[in-house]
Amino acid sequence: MTFEFLIDGVTVTATPGQTIMEAADAAGIYIPRLCDVEGLRHQGGCRVCTVKAGGRSVSACTQPAEAGLQVENNTPARTKVRRDLVEMLFHEGNHLCPICEKSGNCELQAMAYRLEMTAPTRFPWLEPCRDLDASHPDVALDTNRCISCGRCIRASQDQDGKGVFGYVGRGIHRRVAVNGADLAHTNAAATDHATQVCPVGCIIRKGEGFSTPIGERHFDHGLIGHEIEGKRK
Amino acid sequence: MTIETDVSAICDRYDNDRHRMLDILLDIQTAQRCITPATMDQIAAATGLTRIAVEGVASFYSFLSLTPKGRITIRLCDDIVDRFSGLEAVQAAFEAALGIKMGQTSPDGAFSLELTPCIGLCDQAPAAMINDVVATRLTPDRVHEIAAALKHGLSPQEALAIPAGSPLDRIHAQVDSNIRLAGDVLLGSVPQDAGLQAALNLTPAAILDAVEGSGLRGCGGAGFLTVRKWRMAAAAPSDHRHIICNADEGEPGTFKDRVLLTERADLVFEGMTIAARAVGARAGILYLRGEYLYLRDHLMAVLASRRARGVLGTEFDIRIQMGAGAYICGEEGALISSCEGLPGEPKTRPPFPVTRGYLGHPTVVNNVETFAHVARILDRGAAWFHALGTDRSHGTKLFSISGDCERPGVYELPYGVTLRYLLALAGAEDAAAVQVGGPSGTMVGRDSYDHRLTFDDLATGGAVIVFSARRNILEIVDYYMSFFVHESCGYCTPCRVGNVFLKKAIEKFRKGQANDDDITYLRDLSATIIETSRCGLGMTSPNPILTSLQNFPLVYAALTKPTQNGIKATFDIQSAISGARDIAKRRSYIFDPDFTK
Repeated sequence: MTFEFLIDGVTVTATPGQTIMEAADAAGIYIPRLCDVEGLRHQGGCRVCTVKAGGRSVSACTQPAEAGLQVENNTPARTKVRRDLVEMLFHEGNHLCPICEKSGNCELQAMAYRLEMTAPTRFPWLEPCRDLDASHPDVALDTNRCISCGRCIRASQDQDGKGVFGYVGRGIHRRVAVNGADLAHTNAAATDHATQVCPVGCIIRKGEGFSTPIGERHFDHGLIGHEIEGKRK
Repeated sequence: MTIETDVSAICDRYDNDRHRMLDILLDIQTAQRCITPATMDQIAAATGLTRIAVEGVASFYSFLSLTPKGRITIRLCDDIVDRFSGLEAVQAAFEAALGIKMGQTSPDGAFSLELTPCIGLCDQAPAAMINDVVATRLTPDRVHEIAAALKHGLSPQEALAIPAGSPLDRIHAQVDSNIRLAGDVLLGSVPQDAGLQAALNLTPAAILDAVEGSGLRGCGGAGFLTVRKWRMAAAAPSDHRHIICNADEGEPGTFKDRVLLTERADLVFEGMTIAARAVGARAGILYLRGEYLYLRDHLMAVLASRRARGVLGTEFDIRIQMGAGAYICGEEGALISSCEGLPGEPKTRPPFPVTRGYLGHPTVVNNVETFAHVARILDRGAAWFHALGTDRSHGTKLFSISGDCERPGVYELPYGVTLRYLLALAGAEDAAAVQVGGPSGTMVGRDSYDHRLTFDDLATGGAVIVFSARRNILEIVDYYMSFFVHESCGYCTPCRVGNVFLKKAIEKFRKGQANDDDITYLRDLSATIIETSRCGLGMTSPNPILTSLQNFPLVYAALTKPTQNGIKATFDIQSAISGARDIAKRRSYIFDPDFTK
């Protein structure tokens, strides 16, 4: 039992229960996203995947596909709004790409390139002073670079069965924190899904800095989303 | 009793049920005035959660604290109406009398002093919560009397001279209901249980038809047709359905639900019971905002008397869920999350609460006023209600009016009266600006006073806040933006971050540092926040800016300075580099205001 709907005029096939994004991924159409990642529950928090569906703005990662739905994805208006959101994330934390080990593998940075965030932005810098937790022997946590995507939280709960990470606080003070005094006082391990799923340089492996040189890193080989777009028939 | 046995007893009180986390944490906060890491470990073990999950809840709500609070916590209401009614002097008096600054706890652990957003007493501002009671119409003299009594060891009840009496008497000793105009539906004389008796003689389908025929729409602000929610919940296949009454009246300037819960509590519970019969629900919750704790005893007494009369407790029963200081919990999904013992974060929609709500069951969430209307509709008939009001806004509406007016209080009027008519009733003919519907509503000026108060023209969940020409529009807007920054749950990027940027942009205007293109920036950023936010909070939070820009454009224009030849007149090189100069410890003989420092 499949049905069809349209993304930017292209007919996409979906099965009941699929979200707009899942159907788009299968069809080789990339909808930008940061908090969503294959294999984890959908959160719908970053809002970068916002599309117009039937005239309404919805997050593609949580909105079910419907037969006949007309979805607007890759248009100047959508891209502008997404760039605003990515800029907000840059300005909310402390993202210093030149000194970050994740540079070149970072999805936030890659998304900025894809959305052509090339000029200085109009937003103010919030320059927060957040915790750096280097207590764990294998994993470091620098929440200055956290974008509140919550991937580590969902991965630790659902895939690792541990619950190492969680949100604390509210509003602009909402942060990812750990289930103990610090990371060393949790049962986190470098082999956990949770410590490998971070899209930015917030949760990083210790002891292997710059093992892949700049220029040969993941997003040096193509824009973020090119793997999905490569599936397009 | 040791702290450990105390925590264990409290968890036992709620069957160690993780869904009652908010109750557990509130009881611990009351007993120990703090939720420590050790306590969270113990709660986590008792309820089968991780400590970080417990901390997520404990750190979300304003009335829960991870650091020790005083035995008496005084929370001054920091609404804009209180600010315009002498909050500053009241705050100074408390600080002087208690010897602590705002935000501090006294070294002996006796007192904490805090600010909190609107506590629903704008008609008798400045007001404050003192533990579980409230003080209204505060003056510096009264503050000194209260503080002296408290320091003398009197309880808050004794210090405020609240007599022992019935729970309702105790409310009346603290707060005036200020019913200025009683209409036919809610605040006039109301027979007891007449609506419920009528409903018991009807089939559930006939009750739904009656509610449909009345044209009743939700009174919380959004105006969704009540019967549509009910029909969807009734049709959703499930063994368990729930009725939730949203008494998280958090929109600044709104206090009509406080009055209904005080004066018409039976009517509200009657409406919930009718809803339960209509949709086939057996359990109900009244979610009472933490700021209304002083209403709880009265509501419990009314529930007990209803059970004793046999109109509650057999087929359907209601429990009261206390909130803990979070505006966002007025959002339907966040309210359900909060009832489930989670942080007050909205839920992903779809699924909608009517199909998957509280604990995954079909759930109807309606406002206090909506349920009260239901009881009257069943008593007097759908046609009677439908004939009141206008074509698409039927019945009466409770307006809570406050601010710069002679007769603040609650007015019950049919939908469709003009704002001018309402302002005249309240003695606010010379109003220069009116905030209709609270911060998430609309700020209008004199040229809009002939608009009608309906869902389709000037919509309001109840708040009508009056500002005279003495008030600074941008101070009001700035305050409302700080309110939204404080109350955003932080789940989604645009609301969490974007509102901070809007607030900073308004500050720029207030400092006289804005340029023409900053007006474009305000509109542009607002559009992104509205379009991409996950729930109604972010979709309406830019409204103070957008509606004041629309209705008071000169206020903004007067404060902007033009950019000529690429040079911004507002750019001040000295203030821009002062931070860097401080770090480098290099001072300027010419520009530093005080070179000797």
